[in-house]
This record gives sequence, C-alpha cells and structure tokens, in this order.
Amino acid sequence: MSTIPINTQESPPFLLDLIYRLKVKDVMTKEVITARKETPLRKIQHIMKEKGITGVPITDEEGKRIFGIVSMDDIIRALDGGYIEESAERWMSRNLIVLEDDMPLQFAISYLDKFKYGRFPVLNKDRELVGIITSRDIIIALLVEVNKEVEKLEQQIVQPPSKPGEEAWLLYNIRKYDFENAGKASAGIKKLLIERNIDPKTLRRISIAAYELEMNLVVHSDGGTLSFRLGQDRVEIEARDRGPGIPDVEKALEEGFSTANEWIRSLGFGAGMGLPNAKRVSDEFSIESRMGEGTIVRTVIYLIVPP
Amino acid sequence: MRVRDLQEVLELELIQSEFEDTEIQGGYTGDLLSDIMAHATKGSVLITIQAHKNTVAVASLVGIPAILLANSRPVPEDMVEAARKEKIAIFRSNETQFTLSGKLYTLLSSF
Repeated sequence: MSTIPINTQESPPFLLDLIYRLKVKDVMTKEVITARKETPLRKIQHIMKEKGITGVPITDEEGKRIFGIVSMDDIIRALDGGYIEESAERWMSRNLIVLEDDMPLQFAISYLDKFKYGRFPVLNKDRELVGIITSRDIIIALLVEVNKEVEKLEQQIVQPPSKPGEEAWLLYNIRKYDFENAGKASAGIKKLLIERNIDPKTLRRISIAAYELEMNLVVHSDGGTLSFRLGQDRVEIEARDRGPGIPDVEKALEEGFSTANEWIRSLGFGAGMGLPNAKRVSDEFSIESRMGEGTIVRTVIYLIVPP
Repeated sequence: MRVRDLQEVLELELIQSEFEDTEIQGGYTGDLLSDIMAHATKGSVLITIQAHKNTVAVASLVGIPAILLANSRPVPEDMVEAARKEKIAIFRSNETQFTLSGKLYTLLSSF
C-alpha cells in the first residue's frame, strides 16, 4: 500500500505544522463502540453493519480496559473458517497497536503508514480507552483545517491592499451555474476603477470585457478564476477555467453561435455574443483552449495615460 | 425628464423606490443581457422582461438608472434587493415592450 504523501519533510510548512499541532485526541472519534470478550463474533458483525464501522475494541464492562480488537478482517476469516458463532475472546487480535491521546496527529498518520491496520484504539495516560482513530477521522480533520487556511488565503488574495497610483490586482473564484453571485467580480473590478478615476469610455469597455468573461465562466465552464490586473498603462483580465474546453474557437468567436441550453437562454444569456463582445472592446485578445483541460481567455485594454 | 417622472407619465407601478433620480438620456429595449451590455448607453432606461438580479448587474455595469419590466413580470425579492443596493429604480407595467418603447421614445423626442 502506498504511504500517505503529506508526512514528509517536503510537505508545505503549514501542513507539517498542522499535523504536529493537532493532537490525536482532537481528531479521534470519542464515542467508541465496544464489545465484551464473551460477545459472539456474529453479534459483532451485526454491530459493524449497523454502525457502519470496521473495527470493534473488546473491553471490560466500563469500556475502559482494552483486551483486543475485532476487525472486519477477523470477521471475514471467521465466516470463512466457520466459527462466526464463537465468542470474541478466542479470535480477537491481541497484538494491539495503540496511540496515546496526547500524541501529535503525525504519529497517527505514520502508524497508518507503518502498520496495515485501518484504525487504532487511543488510550489516555492511565491506559484507559478514550477513543478510536481511523483514516477517515484524519481526512476530515485535515480537510476542515486546510479549508480554514485556504479561506484565510483567499480573503488575502481577493482583498489585496490597493493604493492610488499603484498597480492593483483582484482574483475571483467563479462557480459553474452560480447565477446568485454572477456579476460580483465585474462589479468589484468596476468599483476599483471608479476609485482610480478611469475615463468613462474605457471603464465601460473594461466592464463589458469583465462581465462577459465572468458570465462565460458561470454559463459555460466547469468553474474557474477571473483575475484582473491594473497596470500603469493597461488593464489585463484573464478568465481561466477547469474545462470542458472549446471544441472550435473560431466558431465560438462568431456572433450568434452559442452552445447554451434553453434555461440559460431564458435568463437572457447564451445569445452567442459573449466572446465577440469581449473581443470587440479589447485592444489585445487571445484564447487558448484544450478539450478536457480548460480554456484561458486573456484580454488587455489600454488606458489613456495623461501626458 | 428624470427617473421619478417615469411613473406618472407611463403609468407604472413603482417596485424599487430607493434610486438616484438622474436625468434620462435615452432608452434601450432588449432581453439578451450581452446585447444590452453591448448597445445600451449610460443613463438609458432599460425596457425588458428579464426580471432577475443578473439584469441589475448588467444595468449597474452599463450605468442604467431605471429598469422597466413589461408584461407584468413577477419580480423576485433578490432582484429588488440588488437594485436597492445599486440605487437603480425598478418599475413595472402590464403593457408590452413595444408599447412602452413607443411611448418612451415619443416622450424623449418631445423633450
């Protein structure tokens, strides 16, 4: 089995920091479903099915002292060997590998790499069972933490400091069919340009290009980004998507040609004017598209620079 | 003629009343947002049946101060909300785009 690729020195410092900062007890499932030594394997099989779990620790009555664990593998072997009605005591895995609740999450990841087990019981310093940790728990915890971090980064990207006279840039994530937020990127771009006193005619051309490219992402792409850069003498807008790609770019640039479906047309989109409009208002315009990979549309509009 | 005058002269229902009462420069009739984007000029009234908030986004980018919805189109609340934020008026009429356009054209020509 391949190892989990985040547990190396080459990983981003944020991830390394994360897997050492999080403790096993922050990530583990605390409600542990246990069984007794005398519980028949058949009963454990039913517990697994009912609770959707793949391993049941065998403990004392209080569920604190752990003697062994019965995994899905043990159950399969029992079915195969015809001893599924027998009690857990004889057939449970006694060769237990456990984690301590105060260990960093990195230990759990490394144990998953080193041992073939899919779950590890977690004990506290008094050797009492306090939880169980699976790769699923780890995935969820990491996703939650990484999402928080990405959210922070995106906010920094979308709201960079912008001072009059200096270059500025904006980046927006655009989702497929998100008509709720459609137009927000273009509105943000327009707002910035108004603050910079861009002349009205140029402002309008930029607004058209931005809106058409934004709506193309919403209507036609599988999602992507709209980036905007305000330079000293030019504005650059780039729409970059994750697919599906344009089969015939020439055709897509023909006015009136559209692949939009009926309900999109009923909203007033898909008239086959998006790319032609964007091209018409641009001083420089280019499309790169690869089927199955995505499309990048770049436009440049020159600013009137006061002498 | 200013935006607030539209209600009376065209006998319209006022749907969104928090708007900038600017001078009307012209009009544009259409339902394709890209077409409106490309051809409507700043300060024009937009006569359309596209009653949703993407119309407000286009109006805002073009600099349209008033949206006039024909054929008694139902107006979703989020469109009204968006227009309020953008200070764009929304009016509604039971007449067709053809009739409204004709009336507005005559009015603007006589000013």
